[in-house]
Amino acid sequence: MSIVFSGQAGQGLQTLEAILTRMFKRSGCNVFSYSEYMSRIRGGNNSTQVRISSRRVFCYTRRIDIFVPLHQDAMERFHDRITPETVIMGERSFIDKRYLDGHHPVLEVPINDLAREAGGPVYANTIVLGILAGLFYVDKGLMDDEIRMILSGLGEERLQKNLAAAATGYERSKGLLKPGQASVSIERTDEVKHEILTDGINVVGLGGLAGGCTFVSAYPMSPSTGVLVFFTKKAEGSGVVVEQAEDEISAINMAIGSWYAGGRGLVTTSGGGYALMVEALSLAGCIESPLVIHLGQRPGPATGLPTRTEQADLNFALYSGHGEFPRVILAPGTHEQGFSLMRHAFYLADKYQVPVFVLTDQYFLERRYNIPDMNLDTVYDQHFMIKTDRDYRRYALTESGVSPRGIPGFGEGRVRVDSDEHTEDGFITESFSVRTDMVNKRLRKLDGLRKEAIAPELFGPGDYRNLVVCWGSSLHAVQEGLDMLGRADDTAILHFSQVYPLHPSASDFLEKAHRKIIVESNATSQFARLIRSETGIVFDDKILKFSGLPLMPEDICESLSDMLEKKETTHGRV
Amino acid sequence: MGVYDFEHAIDIAWCPGCGNFRILKSVKDALEELELDPRIVVFVSGIGQAAKTPQYMDVHYFNGLHGRTLPAATAIKASNRGLTVIAESGDGDMYGEGGNHFMHAIRRNPDITNIVHNNMVYALTKGQASPTTRQGFVTPVQTQGVTEEPFNPVAVAIALDASFVARAFAGDARQTTDIIKKAVTHKGYALVDIFQPCVTYNKVNTYAWFKENTYYLDDTYDPSDREAAFRKATEPGRFPLGVIYLNRNKSVFEETLIAYRHDDRPLYQRTVDMGVLKDLVDSMRT
Repeated sequence: MSIVFSGQAGQGLQTLEAILTRMFKRSGCNVFSYSEYMSRIRGGNNSTQVRISSRRVFCYTRRIDIFVPLHQDAMERFHDRITPETVIMGERSFIDKRYLDGHHPVLEVPINDLAREAGGPVYANTIVLGILAGLFYVDKGLMDDEIRMILSGLGEERLQKNLAAAATGYERSKGLLKPGQASVSIERTDEVKHEILTDGINVVGLGGLAGGCTFVSAYPMSPSTGVLVFFTKKAEGSGVVVEQAEDEISAINMAIGSWYAGGRGLVTTSGGGYALMVEALSLAGCIESPLVIHLGQRPGPATGLPTRTEQADLNFALYSGHGEFPRVILAPGTHEQGFSLMRHAFYLADKYQVPVFVLTDQYFLERRYNIPDMNLDTVYDQHFMIKTDRDYRRYALTESGVSPRGIPGFGEGRVRVDSDEHTEDGFITESFSVRTDMVNKRLRKLDGLRKEAIAPELFGPGDYRNLVVCWGSSLHAVQEGLDMLGRADDTAILHFSQVYPLHPSASDFLEKAHRKIIVESNATSQFARLIRSETGIVFDDKILKFSGLPLMPEDICESLSDMLEKKETTHGRV
Repeated sequence: MGVYDFEHAIDIAWCPGCGNFRILKSVKDALEELELDPRIVVFVSGIGQAAKTPQYMDVHYFNGLHGRTLPAATAIKASNRGLTVIAESGDGDMYGEGGNHFMHAIRRNPDITNIVHNNMVYALTKGQASPTTRQGFVTPVQTQGVTEEPFNPVAVAIALDASFVARAFAGDARQTTDIIKKAVTHKGYALVDIFQPCVTYNKVNTYAWFKENTYYLDDTYDPSDREAAFRKATEPGRFPLGVIYLNRNKSVFEETLIAYRHDDRPLYQRTVDMGVLKDLVDSMRT
């Protein structure tokens, strides 16, 4: 069941989303929600999709089962998503005339009048909440609990008015649906009630904490700011130093400085902010500093679409920085991976003394759904740094390329790091032989990193004919899209949560496929090009989306359907 | 030989007669006289000839990027408050490339010392104007002579209510050592702008010129009076030397961090708190 609310910024859509998802989850439904919104504080048109299901739901869909307009312009951007099956519910004056032709299921509720009676237009969202709770047979006590939980900060008087408004809506829901108009009975599961309901921001933050992060410096930029806010809120309990820097250049130099002094630094940013950080990425490469960079992608170039989503900064993460040095790029596809890969990023950064990217995007960070648990058993709690002795050499040449990392104030040695080419002791040098040794030493670390690379994950039949390849946040849309298509017999999915360096099994998986299709949220199939440059393997088809909206299962289903049928026609087998 | 000297001979990259030699000596003397344990002294520098100073002392150092000295220094201090952190670089590094960080480091007020070798020229890149180059100075790039007003770091620092602002002259080793000692022992951000003759690329602002164009503030001067300090910083004619402004009432950045409210330990001694993590995860269940 897909419910979409559409209104203006400032109409309380976020509050509605928060209460509804918590309420439905606690009633035993699986939930998913995602909001698409404009880069403004008031007005415009924003919408929120809430999916409720007896099965797990992980992604944004084009399909809308119930549409709730909360403003007179609320339907303008949705005509292509409203079908004759979509139930339109709400204030008559907000419903576009074309849907009042008797051929569309419409549930008129005088929301404006009810809101006025409840105390003003701000209660419209609470009335809608009450109606939906009633329609889907949510216990009223549970609804009231969640309203209290989320709105407790409003003060007693406004809280009571909201509870009353919700009760009005709840009453109104009775008899609203004619028999057969839409099915609203969703099978509940007890286990779901106690599951974790969260967005990507929190899993990234939690993964950072689990990785032993002790220092966060950042400059606010959508969509990465939530991670900064997460650590700020948790700073007192977790002992993490958090600083909003004057700019991204400062933020990344702070994070590197913190690692030097024994902290475990994280920066969180988006493409434009990362652009300012690039010189310091190269610094981390040269002084062999560990560093974790959370790069939450949004569409560029330049300011692009500040509140929308895209996967177009892979090349940037991969090729940024002057000179040559190893790096790692992780790209979580699920909440569980968001948590485990952030933790893993700290492990790899510390062990190999390299920058590690965790590449997410606006969609990954802001979508919300329930998961059974987070695996805390393998919490990473290992420091690779050593206590130095008097003849300590920061850049001692080793077979693995990794030199034991000391910090000032712990041991007898001196810890000298230098952005100039340096000797094993960390002194500036212009010796050509030392230079050659140091470049080789730094690049040798890539061997170990390749050995520890995370293998791509295969979903579907092992004897696949068609292989759909995706990375990062696109996974769930591809999974649901393939389900819709019903090609589980001959088509499999290969998802990469580590996009660089590639695990050696990548070639094996790809070579086995007769037909290789890449799915990415960008215009130039950056990951396909990366695979080609690393393995020589070329894709047959591409499904690319770069409108700013997330990939949806319908995009995948329709494109795959066209491609696979076309191919088979060409071969004359249909 | 002091604890900050190397046992072996070192190759120093400066020109003979460079003001940097005098500053190096003053810095080392200050640390020796303060009897600071070199195991906890960290130098942070950027790029340029001044930024090489830490190479010539037996200390920990972080020689990072041009202009980015202060963010790294701030974070090092915030990550281990037991370290003595000295950010040392040239005028181009601190006031040009790093100008934004200069302002914000003053606002944050971490307990670090900021030593700036101010030779009024870009020497390592062969003689172009720096932010502090005097008007009329002719260079290979500013061929008609510099037209901009020189950057006045002392006035800017006082305008931003920096907690310690001093100016020294490299030619006067004793006084410079004393000023650096005051800066290092000061709790909070301490700027020491040191006039440094460049014998190769600045034939105008020489040892003799600085001698003629500076004077020391005497004992009757009260550095706690901000308006008086600002007048001193902007008065025409000779430059005052010594501690020009002092505000001991400012809160210190790393002392205000919530991360240290219940835990004194430096970051390297901290481990993941499983209880906190589990509580956070459980808070997402209800």
